[in-house]
Amino acid sequence: MISENAVSAKPKVCFYWCASCGGCEEAVVDLAENILDVVEAVDIVFWPVALDFKRKDVEAMEDGEILACFVNGAVRMDEQKEMAQLLRKKSKVLVAFGSCSHLGGVPGLANLSDRQSIFDTVYLDNPTTENPDGVVPKMTHEENGRSVSLPEFYDTVRTLDQVVDVDYYLPGCAPTPKIILGAVQTLLSGNLPPKKTVLSPDVALCSECSRKDSKPEDLALIEFKRPHEVLIDEETCLLAQGIPCMGPATRAGCEAQCVNGNMPCSGCFGPTGRVKDYGGKVIAALASMVGSNDEEKIVEILDKIPDPIGTFYRYSMPSSLLRRRRMRTVGSHTN
Amino acid sequence: MREEMNPGVGEEKFEPRIICFFCAWCTYLAADLAGTSRMKYAPNMRIIRVMCSGRVDPQFVLDAFAKGADGVLIGGCHPGDCHYQEGNYKALRRYHLLRRVLTGMGIEEDRFRLEWISASEADRLKAVMNDMVEKVRALGPINSVPRQEVFAEEVIV
Repeated sequence: MISENAVSAKPKVCFYWCASCGGCEEAVVDLAENILDVVEAVDIVFWPVALDFKRKDVEAMEDGEILACFVNGAVRMDEQKEMAQLLRKKSKVLVAFGSCSHLGGVPGLANLSDRQSIFDTVYLDNPTTENPDGVVPKMTHEENGRSVSLPEFYDTVRTLDQVVDVDYYLPGCAPTPKIILGAVQTLLSGNLPPKKTVLSPDVALCSECSRKDSKPEDLALIEFKRPHEVLIDEETCLLAQGIPCMGPATRAGCEAQCVNGNMPCSGCFGPTGRVKDYGGKVIAALASMVGSNDEEKIVEILDKIPDPIGTFYRYSMPSSLLRRRRMRTVGSHTN
Repeated sequence: MREEMNPGVGEEKFEPRIICFFCAWCTYLAADLAGTSRMKYAPNMRIIRVMCSGRVDPQFVLDAFAKGADGVLIGGCHPGDCHYQEGNYKALRRYHLLRRVLTGMGIEEDRFRLEWISASEADRLKAVMNDMVEKVRALGPINSVPRQEVFAEEVIV
């Protein structure tokens, strides 16, 4: 069916962004000369960051007319939810592209706060903000008989699949050119993997890490160190050096780019297939490596990890089992 | 599932639901002993038997809280007594890291406990359970309404 389309007319694809930084759009451009092959094989019918098509152009399409739609970014406002629903309707295959739409991403850490506390900080309390009238965004505003509106800003950031049905996931912050190209080729081949597949190998990152041979069988760490506190050896396993590396709990596919750059894995590819809570797995992995049986000493060693939530859930708070900080406790949160 | 675990919420007296993960070699036997000794303790506990406190994956605890448990209690062997040598120490290390995460997510410290209770300490089990139920009762139900609304809006696939 799909290959017939390719003969008669080029399959249509689109790219869209929700709550994201734009890095995923860069990732598409990072395909370099390979992007020419992609452009040759498909028609890009909607891509707000690069092409001048509008929402009404998408609305005018038939349902299912688009072969594949790649959506990056988390869902933070109702406008993004509406666009996700519209693109879902018009697309045969909807792909969550990048950590934010896959797991919630860095914007998902806003789930430690809520709308009120974010607005207070950004528009009122920030030391560099001057806002004597206390103006904060409102959903509607009327002046001279005309009214303008803004999208609703949610208390809770969500992943794409918490808002619409998603077919495939491309992990990464941002996905690497290799796995993007692999995904595009898979989609164009018509030989589709089972729905809900994360299009990256379902094994831990350690399996493809260049330093795996120096990872000890049993780790007993008496101190956790932060990357800026030590001169990191460029060949030894980072965990063996006491640096919290998320590799053991993270899905492979990026070819250990961060580790090759002498920095620990921060977990952007998310969990492997059978894991329900990425941070829970990191806790299990790291805590087991603590080399003491003395309670006080254990606490002291673990205290060297300064921001457990920001470290373990850097990309996955909205897809975690708890989803967010309990709403009624947000006001007492001081960070 | 979530609704099933939430009867009692909104009734006159709040009865906490506390999920217990008890080691089969010690705390679970203490619960058994408490039963055969006809001891009475707060009926708010739902006990899940595990082979070792070291078997308790942090995901079990997170899942319990996410599905509406008001508290989670892990029971293991006293230090040095683990049937598998080191399992309870692994539980202890995970407990301290997980507790920091839970606190940051707005789950109060009294809702999550790790206790060493041997097979003969039925009295201690009774005291821990009663104490925990009272502390959690004072904290109130865990499921704030807004979070339930967020869950309810999600697409169920």
